[in-house]
Amino acid sequence: MNVPGSYYLTVAALMFCIGAIGLLVRRNALVMFMCVELMLNAVNLTFVTFARMLDDIGGQVFVFFTLVVAAAEVVIGLALIVSIFRRRQGATADDVSLLKG
Amino acid sequence: MDAVRLAWLIPAFPLAGFVILFLGRRALKEPVSGWIATVMMVGAFVSAVVVFSGLHSLDEEHRQVVLKGVEWIRAGGFSVRFNLLVDPLSVTMVLFVTGVGALIHLYSIGYMHGQERFTRFFTFLNMFAFAMLVLVLAGNYLLVFLGWEGVGLCSYLLISFWFERPSAARAGKKAFVANRVGDFGFMLAMFLIFSHLGTLDLLPALSGAPHLARGTATAVALLLYLAAAGKSAQGPLFVWLPDAMEGPTPVSALIHAATMVTAGVYLLVRSHPFLQHGPAAGDVVAWVGALTALVAATIALVNFDIKRVLAYSTISQLGYMFLAVGVGAYTAAIFHMVTHAFFKALLFLGAGSVMHGTEDNQDMRVMGGLRKFMPVTAITFMVAWLAIAGIVPFAGFWSKDEILAATWVGGAGVSAHYFLWFIGAVTALLTAFYMTRQVWMVFFSDERWRGKLHHEPHESPKLMTFPLVVLAVLSFLGGALNIPKEGFKNLTEWLHAAVPVKPLEVHSFGQGFMLSTVAVILGGIGILAGIRLYAKGLRNGEDPLLTRLGGLGRFFDRGWGIDPAISWFVDRPGRAAADVLARSVDQGLIDGAVNGVAAVVTGVGARVRKVQTGFVRNYALTLFSGATVVLFVFLVRGNL
Repeated sequence: MNVPGSYYLTVAALMFCIGAIGLLVRRNALVMFMCVELMLNAVNLTFVTFARMLDDIGGQVFVFFTLVVAAAEVVIGLALIVSIFRRRQGATADDVSLLKG
Repeated sequence: MDAVRLAWLIPAFPLAGFVILFLGRRALKEPVSGWIATVMMVGAFVSAVVVFSGLHSLDEEHRQVVLKGVEWIRAGGFSVRFNLLVDPLSVTMVLFVTGVGALIHLYSIGYMHGQERFTRFFTFLNMFAFAMLVLVLAGNYLLVFLGWEGVGLCSYLLISFWFERPSAARAGKKAFVANRVGDFGFMLAMFLIFSHLGTLDLLPALSGAPHLARGTATAVALLLYLAAAGKSAQGPLFVWLPDAMEGPTPVSALIHAATMVTAGVYLLVRSHPFLQHGPAAGDVVAWVGALTALVAATIALVNFDIKRVLAYSTISQLGYMFLAVGVGAYTAAIFHMVTHAFFKALLFLGAGSVMHGTEDNQDMRVMGGLRKFMPVTAITFMVAWLAIAGIVPFAGFWSKDEILAATWVGGAGVSAHYFLWFIGAVTALLTAFYMTRQVWMVFFSDERWRGKLHHEPHESPKLMTFPLVVLAVLSFLGGALNIPKEGFKNLTEWLHAAVPVKPLEVHSFGQGFMLSTVAVILGGIGILAGIRLYAKGLRNGEDPLLTRLGGLGRFFDRGWGIDPAISWFVDRPGRAAADVLARSVDQGLIDGAVNGVAAVVTGVGARVRKVQTGFVRNYALTLFSGATVVLFVFLVRGNL
C-alpha cells in the first residue's frame, strides 16, 4: 500500500492549524505548551514526507535537529511552568503579565 | 657706553625685590620687608643715574642704544627679544619713575605701619615698579605690552588691597575692566603694525611709520590712543581713576598720579611718528585731552573727598599732557609729566599724611585749620598747590605754560587751536581755584573736626615727612629742567635724540611773555577767588560754591553723569542682550531642543509600550499574522 504524500501533508497542515488555534485560544500554560509541541511535530511530519517524496535524506536529518531543539525547549518550558505553579494557583498564561508595557 | 650697558640692572633691582619678598613672605615682617623694597628702588634709581650719565656722555646721534636680550618668541620670520631701548626718552621716564618711586616706598614704610599684609604691599609695589620699568625700557611693542599689562595687574591688586571692603574690590574690578578696553586698542595697533611693517621692534617700526598709507598711520595712532586713554584715564574711560582712590594712599600717589597713568602719554610720545603721519589722530587726541581736562576740573571743584579731588585733578592734568601730544608738543608733554609727577606725588602723599594724622578721615568737611597741627605737611602741600596752580617760579608754571603756548602756536595743523588754548586756559583757572579750595578747607579756615575726631590731629613721622620735603624741593625747582633759554642744555634738547620733532616755539619773546602773563593772571584769579570764598570756612557746613552753583554744582558732583551714561549705554544693552539670550535662546532654543527630544521619545514610548500586553497569545497572534502576511506575499508574487 502506498499512501500519497498529499495525505500526509494534509494531516500535517491540520495538526499545525489545531496547534496554532489551540495556542491562541487556550489560557492554560500546559495546554499551550502541548499545542506548540503539536505544531512542531506537524512540521516534522512535513519534513519526513518531503524527504520521502523528493528522495532526499536532508528532510529527515532536519527532523533530528527539530527533536533536539524541542527536547531542550520542553525542559526549559516545563521548568518555567513548574516554578509558576509553585508561586500561584493554576497555570493561566494571562496572569503572568508582569512585563507588560 | 659701558655705563649704558648697565640699563638691565634698572628693572632687575625691583624684580629681585619682588622675588625676595615673595619667597620670604612668611619670614619677613614689618619693617624689614619695607626696607628691602625701598633699597631695591634706590638701587634702581642709582643705576638709572649711572645709565643717564653714560648716555649723556655720548654724541647725540648715538643716543639710541638697543641692548639685545634673549629671544622670547620666534614664529617664522617673527621674532621678539627681550631688548631694552635706552634713549633719552626712556631714561627720563626711568629717572622719575625710580626717583619718585623710591621716595614713595620710603613714605609707605611709615604709612603702612601696623597694617596687616605689610609685606604683601611691598611685594606688589616692587612688582609694579618692575612692570613699569619694563614698559618704559622695552625695545619692542610686545615687551611694552608686557609691562603695560603688568602695571594694570599691579594697579588692580593694589586698588583692591583692602579687599575686605566691597567698595575697594569693586573699584579694582572697574579699573581692570576700563583698562581692558584700552588693551584691546593696543593689541589691534600691534596687529596693524606687524601686518604692515613686519616687525614689532620699536626703532624699525617707528622709522617705517612715514612710509605707511596715511589711513593706516591714523588707524594705528588712534588705536594706540585708545590704549593710552584706558591707561591714562582720558575721555569717558576716566571713570576708573577716581574709584581707584580706594587703594592705600601711597598707591594713589605712585600708580594713579605719578607713574602708571602717564604710561599712555609715554606710549604716544614714543609712537609719535604715527601721530605725525596721521594728523587726524592728533586732532582727536588734542580735543579729547582738552575736554577731559575741563570736565575733570569742574568735577574737582565740588568734591569733598580729599583724595578724589586729587584724582580728578590728575585726570585734568593728564588731559593737558594729551593736549600737548595732540598738537605735537611732545617734549612739553614729557616736561609736564615730570613736573606733574613731582607735585602730584607730593599732593597725594600730603593727603595721606593728613589722613594719617586725622584717623583716616578723607572728608574735607571734617578738616580745617590743620596747618597748626601738621606744619611740615601743610607747607609742602602748599608748595605743590602753587606748583599745580601755575604760579611763577614753581615747576607747574613752566610746564603748563609751555603746553598752553604750544597750543596757541598750534602745531601739526590742529584745527581751532585757539579754542583749545581757551579751554586749557579756563582749566588752568579752575585748577587754581579747586586747589585753593582744597588747601583752605584742609589747612586754613575753621576747625570743623573738633568734636568729631577722638584725638587732636598730629604731624606724621619723619619717615613720611622726609619724602614730602624732597618732593617739595623738586616741585619748586623742577621747572629748571626746561627753562626756555638759548644755549641752556634743557629737556627739549636732551629729548631730541628720541623725539626728533621741532618743538613748537612762540614766534617772539613778547608773545611768549604775554601768554605766560595771561596764564599767571588766570592762576592768580583762581587762587584769589578761592581764598575769598573759603576764607571763612564752610558756612554751617555748606560749601559756599555749591550753594552758588546750584543745579550746575550737583551736575558736576555727579561727574557729569558719565558713570550712569556708561551704565546706560553699555550695561543696559548688555543686560538686555543677556536677558534675551538667557530667556529665548537658552531656555527656548537650547533647552527646547533637549527637552523636545526627550518629550518625543517619551511620547512615542508611551504609545508603543501598549503593544507589550504581557499576554502570550497576543504575541503569538502577532507572530502568526506576520507569518501569514509573509506567506501571502510570497504566494502572490509567485516565486516561492
